[in-house]
Amino acid sequence: MKTLAQKREKRELKDLNAIALAAIGLFIFALGYRFYSKFVAEKIFRLDPNYVTPAHKFKDGVDFVPTNKFILWGHHFTSVAGAAPILGPAIAVYWGWLPAVLWVVLGTVFAAGVHDFGTLVLSVRNKGQSVGTLAHRLIGQRGKILFLFIILILVLMVNAVFAWVIANLFISFPASVIPVFIQIPLAVWIGFAVYKKNIKMLVPSLIALVIMYGAAIFSSQYEFLQIDLVRYMGGEDAAGLFGLGAISTAFFIWIIVLMVYVYIASTLPVWQLLQPRDFINSHQLIVGLGILYLGLLFTNPEITAPMTNPVNDVSWFPLLFITIACGAISGFHGLVSSGTSSKQLDKETDARFVGYLGAIGEGVLALISIIAVITFFPDREAFLATYSSFAASSGSGLGSFIQGASQLATGLMIPTAVASTIVSVIVVSFAATTLDTSVRLMRYIISELGSEYKIPALEKKHVATTIAVVSSAALVLIPEGPSGFGSGGFLLWPLFGTANQLLAGISLLLISIWLRKLGRNYMITIIPMIFLMFMTLWAMFQQVFLQWAWYAAAPNMLLFVFGAIILVFALWIIITAIQVLASKDNPANLED
Amino acid sequence: MPVYDNLVRLVKWYEAVLEHPHKTEIARELRAEDDLFLLMLYSEMLGIPNPAYYYTLELYPYMIEEFHDWHLRMGMEKSPLSGIRCC
Repeated sequence: MKTLAQKREKRELKDLNAIALAAIGLFIFALGYRFYSKFVAEKIFRLDPNYVTPAHKFKDGVDFVPTNKFILWGHHFTSVAGAAPILGPAIAVYWGWLPAVLWVVLGTVFAAGVHDFGTLVLSVRNKGQSVGTLAHRLIGQRGKILFLFIILILVLMVNAVFAWVIANLFISFPASVIPVFIQIPLAVWIGFAVYKKNIKMLVPSLIALVIMYGAAIFSSQYEFLQIDLVRYMGGEDAAGLFGLGAISTAFFIWIIVLMVYVYIASTLPVWQLLQPRDFINSHQLIVGLGILYLGLLFTNPEITAPMTNPVNDVSWFPLLFITIACGAISGFHGLVSSGTSSKQLDKETDARFVGYLGAIGEGVLALISIIAVITFFPDREAFLATYSSFAASSGSGLGSFIQGASQLATGLMIPTAVASTIVSVIVVSFAATTLDTSVRLMRYIISELGSEYKIPALEKKHVATTIAVVSSAALVLIPEGPSGFGSGGFLLWPLFGTANQLLAGISLLLISIWLRKLGRNYMITIIPMIFLMFMTLWAMFQQVFLQWAWYAAAPNMLLFVFGAIILVFALWIIITAIQVLASKDNPANLED
Repeated sequence: MPVYDNLVRLVKWYEAVLEHPHKTEIARELRAEDDLFLLMLYSEMLGIPNPAYYYTLELYPYMIEEFHDWHLRMGMEKSPLSGIRCC
């Protein structure tokens, strides 16, 4: 009896860990919202409930619409949450779970929350203009071009990385292919049903979700429903097309299919495909978070990954801070905050709820991604075997997340095979929507650069889309790795993180300048900005000059060029920041 | 039945979140259609012959407010047409 009691006690102590970790994380998020965001809102931004927001001032029923804060938060959160806060943390647990958790929790509270909240307030106080326009007004033409190029690099990386993610998931989880492709006609059907027949969208999008998950259940049970290109070619070791191996050929085919899809998807009106996909993806986000957090409660898993993992190849400092971008701080959120949410804010005081809590929502997703991975492995050795090097963890991080998430799902009586198919469908759906949006965004930027530099051809929709799609495909197909091309796409991930952090850096700089002009304490934004810029510069310097340069051990000219460009941009921002902050004159163009 | 009421409110909130971006797009599309309609009605003023012009003028009182919004959206601070003096 004693040993049983002892065992129970021992198990309970162990069992507590994963749930306790989640609880501590959520508790700190709650404290951050309750106290820190309140402090920022009242003492720094000094939000005024009587301020006439752009939604009221320029009300036009289309872009400027005063919206209930709960609805706006829901929209803001579903716009910013995607595959990135899952992938980054799944890679970063390579250095042990503690650094990743700390960065996600503290980054969300002190950097992301203030960044998302701040860009929202800054934009509200400046006619609902986007960060890009504000950069133009603040730093001049140079600021606008700098901003456009950084976004261009960011979206190019997003396209390449997410195309790589989807292609690899289709190869690793062939059962997810049919449910993912079924989503396309279903979304088009919903788009037309809602637009032409004015049907409410909740029921059709739920039906679509049921059909997709029904397909996922069948395809995970029956092999003939799994579109496994590698198996069709005769297995992993068989030869594929053009003298490539089977896996490389499968990767090549999926990238081509994806690029054709994304070309069509990004040139259609948004209500036809992108938006209905988003309705279904909102359900998927809730299903995903529900499966993970409820599964965590019911399975009560042990944390098997080490708390810290001393490694020899790539140091956690500073690479951790660009490996986890979304989920800790992400410049992309500033685009959403200042691009759409700021035009729809009913009262200025709602900004705290929408902006800060939106960032916390993303932190919650990143936290559970970490927990899914660190509880998946049976023991520490199994974890270390999979996460044997940074390259290995980058390659298999997402796969580990999907398996970890499906293990948590077993707590809800969902069979592992079905759960892993559903989770991979969720991740692919998020990644595909991100891909669609970012190709669309890239097209707009190419057109804008075309008009800026007087090249009218670039302003044409199909020319700009072709350039976007071809350059993204070229980028994802170029980096090679141990098992032929397609295995090295993860090399782009730190570049994505860096571009994202640079964007966040610019936004934080803009908020700081605005606060300084008002004579308020701008330490809350300038400290995260300096931290981010320092980490980004250091990480890029290490990678560009010590890893990718022609004289280094593993030279890679493509990554070297991209890294060097980003490095120049980072330096440029820092010089601009010093110039603007050191000058005694107030920037004339910012309002209060 | 507070639980039931809360559930209904939750579903309503969720539906509103889903519909929110869609409403924007539909409004944008409808506005674009309206702009085209306006152009067709008053094409004569821009020098494009329109046999129905005489009749479309009857719509003038209904259109005047929308016309003002339209020329603002098109980037013209003042009414471009001397025939319509909205501002």
